Amino acid sequence: MPDVLVYVLHYEGAFNKNSLGAVSEGAKQAAAIGGECHAVVVGGDDLSDELCKTVGNYGAKKVFRAQGAEGLAQPVIDAMDKVIGDHGHSYALFGGGLLGFEIGAGLAARRNAGVTMEVIKIKVDDAKLVAERPILQDSKISDSHYRGDLGIIIGRINAFELAPPTSDVAEIVDVDVDYSPWSAQATMVQRGEQRGADVDIEGADILIAGGRGLGKAEGFELAEELAKAFGGNSAVAATRAVVDAGWYPYAAQIGQTGKTVSPKLYLAAGISGAIQHKVGMQSSENIVAVNKDANAPIFEFSDLGIVGDLNKILPKLTAAIKAKKAS
Amino acid sequence: MKICVLVKEVPDAAVEKRIDPSTGRMDRSGERNLNPYDTHAIEAAMQIREGGAVEVSEIIAVTMGPGTATRALQKAVSLGADRSLHLTDDALVGSDVAATGYALSKALESESPDLVLLGQQSDDGECYTIGAVVADHLKMPSLTQVIKMDVSGGEAPALTCERQAEYGYDTVQITLPAVISVGDAINEPRYPSLKAIMGAKKKPLQTVAAGDIGIDPTLVGTDGSRVRCGDFHDPPAKSAGQIIEDDDTDETVAKIVAWLDERKLI
Repeated sequence: MPDVLVYVLHYEGAFNKNSLGAVSEGAKQAAAIGGECHAVVVGGDDLSDELCKTVGNYGAKKVFRAQGAEGLAQPVIDAMDKVIGDHGHSYALFGGGLLGFEIGAGLAARRNAGVTMEVIKIKVDDAKLVAERPILQDSKISDSHYRGDLGIIIGRINAFELAPPTSDVAEIVDVDVDYSPWSAQATMVQRGEQRGADVDIEGADILIAGGRGLGKAEGFELAEELAKAFGGNSAVAATRAVVDAGWYPYAAQIGQTGKTVSPKLYLAAGISGAIQHKVGMQSSENIVAVNKDANAPIFEFSDLGIVGDLNKILPKLTAAIKAKKAS
Repeated sequence: MKICVLVKEVPDAAVEKRIDPSTGRMDRSGERNLNPYDTHAIEAAMQIREGGAVEVSEIIAVTMGPGTATRALQKAVSLGADRSLHLTDDALVGSDVAATGYALSKALESESPDLVLLGQQSDDGECYTIGAVVADHLKMPSLTQVIKMDVSGGEAPALTCERQAEYGYDTVQITLPAVISVGDAINEPRYPSLKAIMGAKKKPLQTVAAGDIGIDPTLVGTDGSRVRCGDFHDPPAKSAGQIIEDDDTDETVAKIVAWLDERKLI
């Protein structure tokens, strides 16, 4: 049977939303090609029976559970290799995120399979799954057709929507995995460390987001002043590059490894608009971008784009909005 | 300790990328350059060498690609690599990411490195995954998007790596050998000196073909690839936004305010 195996990531006793979205998608596609959707989880005691069977709410018939190290790719590759070897799944599906990319690619090497990443849509052609991925800065879509016994599909973050949960539960199958020696070479010292202040960007109606174009950590003062001028439910957000550089706290990060937001207004200051950032904010209602580079990709998905120097524009915009509010 | 750095030649960022309709592959002609993300991997190797915690015997730049890819290798050498290895063979043309990773792993195997470094992504293919493919073939652990890396020496050299994952920052300890892909926040690559640029062409450059390093021809190239890409089509059209060139900032700001006001955002 052409079954689909979905990796489900978890942290502190809860499943990842993108992974569960992939289960929903896997169940839909497995049904379309006459197979079943199964899930695989790897971790410790927090993978309780109660928790594991809930992947059935999203359409997985079985969940393969392996005891192993969490948050690292290699143990999951070993577990999925074992499950696929025993069971013969035709497709492996991942909901995106860093680990999904690493596991999917490693699994492709292990099982001599084809792999496609950043997939935004799956379709069926002749009872086989075809993966659609955007290429060339999202200007074209390419279709991936798979050859061989296994096709690996790694979704772009937020690509697969979570179906409304049902009351169905998954059958739990415990799996003994002989981990590869090189899996044991990596050890998680600390997982999920939060750095910097805690800020809430997900609930904001207006987000002023800053990127490298702000020039330095102090450049964020311009963004903060502007957010303050808007007042009400506004906040400041940041790109991964500037968070990694230590300019702004991690909790304010938008994008692939950060948060996904859809405010009424997203004003991007000095952000070029890389795909990893775009996936976290593209469903914002109104997108305004200020960037000095007229070729910045962000202008391709902005509603209003301003080509110019943000150091000149932002202070004047802040003053003008204050004046408008006062009038 | 021997470090191999995987590098790639990519179309210059200023050149518009396109699919060649006759082959269905990316048109990689035109201006080429070293993938900018790879410069961070070379810099990371140099900082390990200069850090002194371990003795680095050699830094080797490794690439797979057509004849022109030697320019990317020379750039890598000018940034600090001691020599380079160029895998080039018509049989490799059309390899997908899994096949490319396999071929590169065979090239690396011939060098038996203690550490393989690479950039977080290539500027053209946007795959982010070649490191994980290479690592599994080499039977080494792997970590991608590493933004801080400390090396400890001794009997069993180990790396303490930090990166952002789904739930915050993770710190992972890895014993060597290992494959590490570094994020661009890990360092600021140095500029090559004029002397290094001039000297790069004189550093040893070894060219190998698929057969020289035991690559199974059935696993590479168009026929050996497990993914067939094609049927390129346009994404759903999004209406283009309005663009304002800022000539007079007061006027620009007035336009922005009016635009926001129209949408009741102020």
